[in-house]
Amino acid sequence: MSKPVVATASLAGCFGCHMSILDIDERILKLIELVEFNKSPIDDIKTFTKQCDVGLIEGGCCNSENVENLRLFRKNCKILIAVGECAIMGGLPAMRNGIPVKECLEEAYLKCPTVDDNIIPNDDELPMILDRVYPLHEIVKIDYYLPGCPPRADLIWEALVALLSGKELQLPYEVVKFD
Amino acid sequence: MSTIQFTIDGKQCTAKPGQTIVEAAKQNGVYIPTLCHFEGLKPAGVCRICTVKVGGRNMAACTTPVADGMVVENKTAELEDYRKAIVEMLFVEGNHMCPTCEKSGNCELQALAYRYMMMVPRFPFLFPKRELDASLPKIVIERNRCVQCLRCVRAITAPDGKRIFGIVKRGGHAKINVDRELAQSMSDELAQKAMDLCPVGSILKKEVGFAVPIGKRKFDTKPIGSDIERA
Repeated sequence: MSKPVVATASLAGCFGCHMSILDIDERILKLIELVEFNKSPIDDIKTFTKQCDVGLIEGGCCNSENVENLRLFRKNCKILIAVGECAIMGGLPAMRNGIPVKECLEEAYLKCPTVDDNIIPNDDELPMILDRVYPLHEIVKIDYYLPGCPPRADLIWEALVALLSGKELQLPYEVVKFD
Repeated sequence: MSTIQFTIDGKQCTAKPGQTIVEAAKQNGVYIPTLCHFEGLKPAGVCRICTVKVGGRNMAACTTPVADGMVVENKTAELEDYRKAIVEMLFVEGNHMCPTCEKSGNCELQALAYRYMMMVPRFPFLFPKRELDASLPKIVIERNRCVQCLRCVRAITAPDGKRIFGIVKRGGHAKINVDRELAQSMSDELAQKAMDLCPVGSILKKEVGFAVPIGKRKFDTKPIGSDIERA
């Protein structure tokens, strides 16, 4: 039997959740035995080359590229997991949700004391900023959620192993935290 | 004094007349989750986390006195799901950014979410626009995190007994406000008391924060209520 295939992505996130995946320490050797990685910043595969079993998504959706990428993952992964607070509820980027986009852009590109060309970037190559930051499950169906900022390495490990082996997940209290 | 006999989920319990279900349960080693309730304050019954079933009816255990022969249902699947739903509702109707909050790890709302293993709220996030007031000398009022438990309204008073906190407007527009004059003269001790009393990170004492490291905070290793529960 071939190994289960895992893909990962960081949308509007800080890569902290990916760091937490690496934080499983020497279990990473077991992980390599257990799964095969496809599209992911971990192996630098840029495009899906096959149908995947599990997609791990870090970060919410703050621009059009995030949305496209998320939909691509939904299409190519049987199971999609929202990893971390930003994926689950928008997180730190969602602190702009009460502020109109125009004000945000003006603050960053026009009023900021360290800018000198005073232009709001606008080019077809640049993804469009969304009106607010969206949690993943407001855009596509999400199957599982792993909270934390970042989720503890043990939570990611235990959840992956339980999912891939079909065993019931028994989580200690210390492992599920929102910070 | 006569003793009241009653049961919680079949467990034989005793209580003194006049005790509420929450108080009596605690004395008998049974945890009924609470959020707006604070020992020593007059019960407000506003959050409904403590909802129990008595005689087939839902009631707030923090405001209902125990009666002889009462049969209380507490830890049933139905009630636990109601409670979880309330926690989830509180999370979506405010802006609760746990990773950036000074109260994280010591927050009772967060601790309840941990207790109920809330992975994601079942309701859509509202991202309401709420105001932060950092203009007072001793405290910051961060309304994004307020759950309107009214603890501060009930407990924090000036030396002459006047209330410093109050609630203004109604329904979805209701918010906590302060008497600015009285709040100007708050002592350090009173500011600390207000912060400790606030179940979430809505009242913060100025110039302190993140003083206790992760792992040593109140709810890092022990679930809320575990100090009350006895087999």
